[in-house]
Amino acid sequence: MPVIRVAVASGKGGTGKTTVAVNLALALSAARPVQLLDCDVEEPNAHLFVKPEIEATRSIVKLLPRIDEERCTRCGACVEACEFHALARMGETMLVYDALCHGCGRCGLVCPVDAIREVPHELGVVETGSARGIPFAHGRLNIGEAMATPIIHALKDEILEDRWTILDAPPGTGCPAIAALHGANVALLVTEPTPFGLHDLTAAVEVARTLDVPVAVVVNRSGIGDEGVEVYCRREGIPILLSIPFDRAIAAAYAVGTPMIDAIPDWRDRFLELGNRLEEVAR
Amino acid sequence: MRQVLFLSGKGGTGKTSLAAAFATLTENKVLADCDVDAANLHLLLDPTVVEEGDYQGSNEAVRDVARCTGCGRCREVCRFNAVGEGLDIDPYLCEGCGACVTACPADAIVLEPRISGRWFTADTAKGPLAGAELLPGEEVSGKLVVQVKERMADLASSAGADTALVDGSPGIGCPVIASIAGVDEVVLVTEPTLSGLHDLERIVGVVRHFGIRAHLVINKADLSPDLADRLERYADDEGLPVLGRIPYDRAVSTAMVAGRSVVEVAGSPAGEAMRAVFERFVRRIADAEREAREGGVT
Repeated sequence: MPVIRVAVASGKGGTGKTTVAVNLALALSAARPVQLLDCDVEEPNAHLFVKPEIEATRSIVKLLPRIDEERCTRCGACVEACEFHALARMGETMLVYDALCHGCGRCGLVCPVDAIREVPHELGVVETGSARGIPFAHGRLNIGEAMATPIIHALKDEILEDRWTILDAPPGTGCPAIAALHGANVALLVTEPTPFGLHDLTAAVEVARTLDVPVAVVVNRSGIGDEGVEVYCRREGIPILLSIPFDRAIAAAYAVGTPMIDAIPDWRDRFLELGNRLEEVAR
Repeated sequence: MRQVLFLSGKGGTGKTSLAAAFATLTENKVLADCDVDAANLHLLLDPTVVEEGDYQGSNEAVRDVARCTGCGRCREVCRFNAVGEGLDIDPYLCEGCGACVTACPADAIVLEPRISGRWFTADTAKGPLAGAELLPGEEVSGKLVVQVKERMADLASSAGADTALVDGSPGIGCPVIASIAGVDEVVLVTEPTLSGLHDLERIVGVVRHFGIRAHLVINKADLSPDLADRLERYADDEGLPVLGRIPYDRAVSTAMVAGRSVVEVAGSPAGEAMRAVFERFVRRIADAEREAREGGVT
């Protein structure tokens, strides 16, 4: 396999996805071409560690319907067609609930008198640039907006075919996490050895399997909690490729935005080795 | 009834641990776990399920290959890139909007409902709980959050509860916004890291956007005292009251393994700090209510 796409995901938040994604990308960049995409567009953090120079920003929009009241015959076809209840008719007044609209354009397709035009509404931005010689991109959902997935899909347009791509996925197992995992060659699931970590790891494994993405695990803060994650991985035949102990020095470096491999250079080889092991798991 | 929602922006800062501590210390309350993507609160509550039901999420477009003429109109109109080159529909990209159904001249596509998860209500040692779980690979967690909150409201009215404690999800998007409706107080849980600060600023923006009163708790504060100070300065500038600092304490994980809240562990530093946070929260609410009453008189 020439290049692979690694989605670093987790189910549970705050397990160390960004730490793993950033250090993996930085360590690998010494050995092969790689790029880093931060797909946690609700709370992007990778830039705090790699400090990229942003070269371009593009706006990601959804298209909202605007109804020409003169043309509109109040037939109600658009109201009927909208699956998201974003349109309503109150007497002679047509209402559009912008927050509920998914921007699918179906209302415009069904309107028999062509009374609907569309206006762009910004959901957030995609910023691209480079960090320490690595192509970098991240997205940022605007405050108060609910739809994160269009920004993640736009980010994935930045994937370069001739490089390893490390995607820092959002937490959870819902639409944003699925958008980031979809099409990856391997899901690297970062967990912590606690009941919360295990519960959410199980959910993340099931999602990855549903999407037909092979999985491997990194256990972060090993030494706290219990044996549940190890037992589960053994039973499911999931390889644990790296364990990172709970260590106040690692936590201190993380706190101020210093990549682990800079703070504790021994970790550089371990992350490089993690890359090699991922190649064996990827499909 | 007062609704208290725990949020953080950044994941893994200790929302659920603090929510469980409040659940242990609050009288006459109901509980809801609105982190439907990664629901963990029940792991600390030893629940017995009382009622459960299927959750029907969004629809999904399904193509009848026999009827399809291969014209490709569906692919042209789909704005979510869910229709592939062979006109197969990818269920993970399909938004369930039905634009393809409208566009298809051969009536070869229909929207079919899909079961996306289940909601439940449960009895627990710490009060009635409403929660849910998404099925693997299913989406639309925002709508499921709304359902959980409806179940929670039912539980609250039959129990005559004064308080609802709601565990939220990380992030600032759809499930978070869905969980904010009807909330009176938001308790923000952060950690002293640059990521924690960055994510806090964004979630504070969301909470302000919806005009909800917020309080801040700094968890694992001793892991970086400098950043904890910086968080306090930020909170000060924002007019965001700080309910307290909680030290990093392995007893939190140990209690979790035992399925309990750390406030039930005698002598644990984090447990003691959470009790102090809770007491300060209760006092602040009482003060605010008194001020509102007195303000109303004059």
